[in-house]
Amino acid sequence: MSTRLPTGGRFIDRSKPLNFKFNSRKLKGFEGDTVASALMANDQKVVGRSFKYHRPRGIVASGPEEPNALFTIGKDGEREPNQVGTITELAEGLEVKSQNHWPTLETDIGSMANLGSNLIPAGFYYKTFMAPRQAWKHLFEPAIRQSAGLGQPPTESDVDHYEHFYLHTDILVVGGGVAGLLATRLLAETGLRILLLEQSPNFGGRLVQDHAEFGEGASQDWVNSTLQELSSSKNVTMRLRTSVSGIYDHGFVIADERLPNTSGKSGYLKRRLWKIRTKRIVLATGAIERPLCFAGNDLPGVRLASGVRDYLINYGVSPGDRTAIITNNDDAYRTAIALAEVGLSVPLILDTRMEIRGTLPTRAKNLGLRIEPARGIGEVLGKKTVSGLEMCSQVGEGTSLEKIGCESIAVSGGWSPTVHLWSHCNGKLKWDETKVMFVPDWKHPPIDSHGKQNIFPIGSANGYLQLHEISSQVEQIVRQVAREFDKDLPEIQLPHTREITEDRCYGTWLIPYSMKPKKKMKAWVDYQNDVKVSDIDLAVLEGFESIEHSKRYTTLGMATDQGKTSNVNGIALVSHNLGIPMDKVGTTTFRPPYSPIPLGAIAGSAGKELFKPTRKTPIDAWHVSQNAHWEPVSDWRRPYCYLLEGESVENAVNRETLRVRTTVGMLDATTLGKILVKGKDAAKFLDLIYTNAISTLKPGRCRYGLMCDENGFLMDDGVVARLDETTFLCHTTTGGADHIHGWLEDWLQCEWWDWRVYTANITDQYVQIGVAGPEARNVLDKLGGMDLGEEELPFMSWKKGILGGHEVQVYRISFSGELSFEISVRASEGLELWEKIHEAGQEFSIEPYGTEALHVLRAEKGFIMIGDETDGTIIPQDLGLDWAISKKKDDFLGKRGQQRSYLIDPDRWKLVGLEVLDNDEPLPHGVYAQGETKNEFDHPRMEGRVTSTYYSPILKRPIAMGLVERGTERMGEVLKFNCGNKMVKAKIVSHIAYNTD
Amino acid sequence: MLKLVCPYCGIEADETELVSGGEAHLKREGPDSTDDDFEGYLFLRENPKGVILERWRHAMGCGKWFHVARCTVTQEVFGTYPAQTFKPPPRIMEEIKSRRTGQENGLNSDKAEKFS
Repeated sequence: MSTRLPTGGRFIDRSKPLNFKFNSRKLKGFEGDTVASALMANDQKVVGRSFKYHRPRGIVASGPEEPNALFTIGKDGEREPNQVGTITELAEGLEVKSQNHWPTLETDIGSMANLGSNLIPAGFYYKTFMAPRQAWKHLFEPAIRQSAGLGQPPTESDVDHYEHFYLHTDILVVGGGVAGLLATRLLAETGLRILLLEQSPNFGGRLVQDHAEFGEGASQDWVNSTLQELSSSKNVTMRLRTSVSGIYDHGFVIADERLPNTSGKSGYLKRRLWKIRTKRIVLATGAIERPLCFAGNDLPGVRLASGVRDYLINYGVSPGDRTAIITNNDDAYRTAIALAEVGLSVPLILDTRMEIRGTLPTRAKNLGLRIEPARGIGEVLGKKTVSGLEMCSQVGEGTSLEKIGCESIAVSGGWSPTVHLWSHCNGKLKWDETKVMFVPDWKHPPIDSHGKQNIFPIGSANGYLQLHEISSQVEQIVRQVAREFDKDLPEIQLPHTREITEDRCYGTWLIPYSMKPKKKMKAWVDYQNDVKVSDIDLAVLEGFESIEHSKRYTTLGMATDQGKTSNVNGIALVSHNLGIPMDKVGTTTFRPPYSPIPLGAIAGSAGKELFKPTRKTPIDAWHVSQNAHWEPVSDWRRPYCYLLEGESVENAVNRETLRVRTTVGMLDATTLGKILVKGKDAAKFLDLIYTNAISTLKPGRCRYGLMCDENGFLMDDGVVARLDETTFLCHTTTGGADHIHGWLEDWLQCEWWDWRVYTANITDQYVQIGVAGPEARNVLDKLGGMDLGEEELPFMSWKKGILGGHEVQVYRISFSGELSFEISVRASEGLELWEKIHEAGQEFSIEPYGTEALHVLRAEKGFIMIGDETDGTIIPQDLGLDWAISKKKDDFLGKRGQQRSYLIDPDRWKLVGLEVLDNDEPLPHGVYAQGETKNEFDHPRMEGRVTSTYYSPILKRPIAMGLVERGTERMGEVLKFNCGNKMVKAKIVSHIAYNTD
Repeated sequence: MLKLVCPYCGIEADETELVSGGEAHLKREGPDSTDDDFEGYLFLRENPKGVILERWRHAMGCGKWFHVARCTVTQEVFGTYPAQTFKPPPRIMEEIKSRRTGQENGLNSDKAEKFS
């Protein structure tokens, strides 16, 4: 059994015990424990079930590379699924739940898949779900949804907080192990701004558990003194628990900081996402140990040798009484020695190599440990956890030579430099045959915007695993980095250490070498995604030879651990199968994030109400007080209608519409875009922007104008008012304001840059109030100050004046067909004037109306709405707006586009009105008219569609507009609209339904 | 994520402050243009594996459009310049030439000739 040893554990504080819960078990750990170390100390062997086969799985590693120990942590609004137990720190009262099992962790029905893992081979999904289609929907998908997948997404809103943090620095050092610390110490002297980020809660990396001495004395002393020195350097910033997840172009870096919950209360600042710009990056990310592929290598109790060592030395946890070791390199002997030194049994060290000569094996031999060269594991014994192993010859087929009892197996398949970050921005890798690893290829480094190398790997990340090589190697590279800033490193005494001869690792990808096919089905490559040796064999056999293809076919390395432990083994197996060198197979593309980042951290503080801020007009509070029913219109919220007590939305819209038609209504039109265009050449410019002539407009007059893009498609519309000879106010749609302003600027800056024209988006500066209805003038006359009579202010004109004590511009324009004024006033006075108009209108029963009444009113009059009648493929001619297209102008934006053959085709769909014949229901939005003939695909040919459809309370019947093939030539014809469950007949009529004069 | 120097306000702007606007130095074709010329103006764009001259707007900053010479493969930037020009200034062309001696990932030869 795995248990806590009475002494040891340099990270834990035995004076501070912590209580936590794993599923229903109440357990104890210590401060400094991770969830994984605490579970191991409590002999929790099975910690989860595998993705596809629901195999029992145990803890494998001690760092972020862990594939199995994924948990749901916390409860209610704190709950987070898929948290990696090896990097989640234990806290008092923590609730930890295992995932992906049903009904319980111990008894999982899904593990029937065990019975025939050959039933779900590589490409199973692709092969099985080809046909029939119904089987997917009713059989496979529900079954897969039940059995596959990791943790459940939280159902409640997250109670904790997140933030973003921005930082500029000269040099970022990633990784606070021996290489990172040494590099930071050397660079600190230059005075440059240095940022050192370490993903774990402790600096030092593997130095202390792997090496007793470094520099002058104990390696822990070196770490401590270095940290002390650095903490007094003003130009150095250091952070623990901060994982660099991605490096992007031009030195942009994202890092994810996990903040400990010091208060123990919920609702704390949980994560900080760092957004860093750095000139140079020193990569000291270390290396990750690889597992070995042998039958039964996924049974709980099989762990990475480095992980076993970490749990023993860092957390004082024994992996089990008897630990067998299997390795293809010398490093794993450190684990054997460490176990033996604390008195734990190491019955056997299986070394796949023929000759074993290094310093460490010799030390192990001197401790009396049994070392078997050229031996492998035929199969791991045990059902749910390891109970022993069968030793076999490495070169054979796996015949058992001897059975050995053990509860724990420590595995080392060699080390892979953590090159992910080097590769994010195109840094290339090369295969080093003697080191048996992919190392950064310095000939093809990631570069900055000037074409210069900007990432510099050092230490194990650069392929230098031996401690005695580190100092000079780091110094040399860091000196090069400093020189790029015109800085010289001072000559300092570098820490050194006694050389330990380590024999080279041998790439042993299959154990034994001639593994039988049956055994290959039990030999796992990717634990998290359940990819076995047999799957890779099959993928290659079926022709998925490119690593990018076999990866996707088998899903190798595509789980949340991104194949940190499995990728190189998978590549080696493809290489082995194809008989081509590793270099030729290559690697798959490394993409961010290196470790998963929670969505909360990505959102930062921009969650909840800050996710998308709502724009509100100065009259918003008044709308609230009148029980507005809201509608989002681009970033704004606008009243859709105002609900009286107990009133339905439908009734409110009808009431508001009738109010405008019979007496008077008022509308908050503030959101309409208002762009000021001014300058000597403004008229000439607007003649090119609008389809109609603007230069002929007289000061004091207004004109409805259309804007098209260069395709000729209608883009925006609105009223242009000429303020004076050189100044125009262009109204745009609510959603179009920013876009149209950008559009004008584009043409002014990039095409007609020598013209004297200036634009300003003044949408926010003014409140605009629409007053419409037969009594509109009477209401405004009561306010006093301006003559708004027909003579003074005819239709389509505007004037300045004082209305009710406010400086205003009044536009006599109408979007309803009624007598209508739009009054523009300084935003700060908007609410006051609004209330005055509302007050003055009381004797005329004035009521505010919302956007839906506005729509009904305009549709009754056949006025088009951008986004309803247009969809980016409609030209003004389709909408009967030929009258707004100048024939005299030589040029305007869209003129050439509209000359194209497809757009002058007489068969184009034209705007018409549609009158429902059968009943009183308005046509559904967007339905299509189905013709009598079939199209080339043997489907009914469509000949039109509905673009606007409403109930008209004044006409007491539904009205609609639509685009119909040659529609304007087909007045009186009846069309059939396919409304899903029924066909509805409608007659083609004029698009103007109300008051057609 | 790119960082480009806005030639108007002189600041090193982060990509989040910028809006891209596609290929630079297009010639607008008006009402008298042939179908082929108009098609070229409206639809046909260069998509080089190498250096591209492109439009960017400092949308969240000074609001100005400017041009950038950038390598689509390596994200190297050879310089930025104001948009009020028919061709890139000589310093940009020289910078491209100095870093792209071979044809690989360079400026398309038609363009190189037209703008030199």
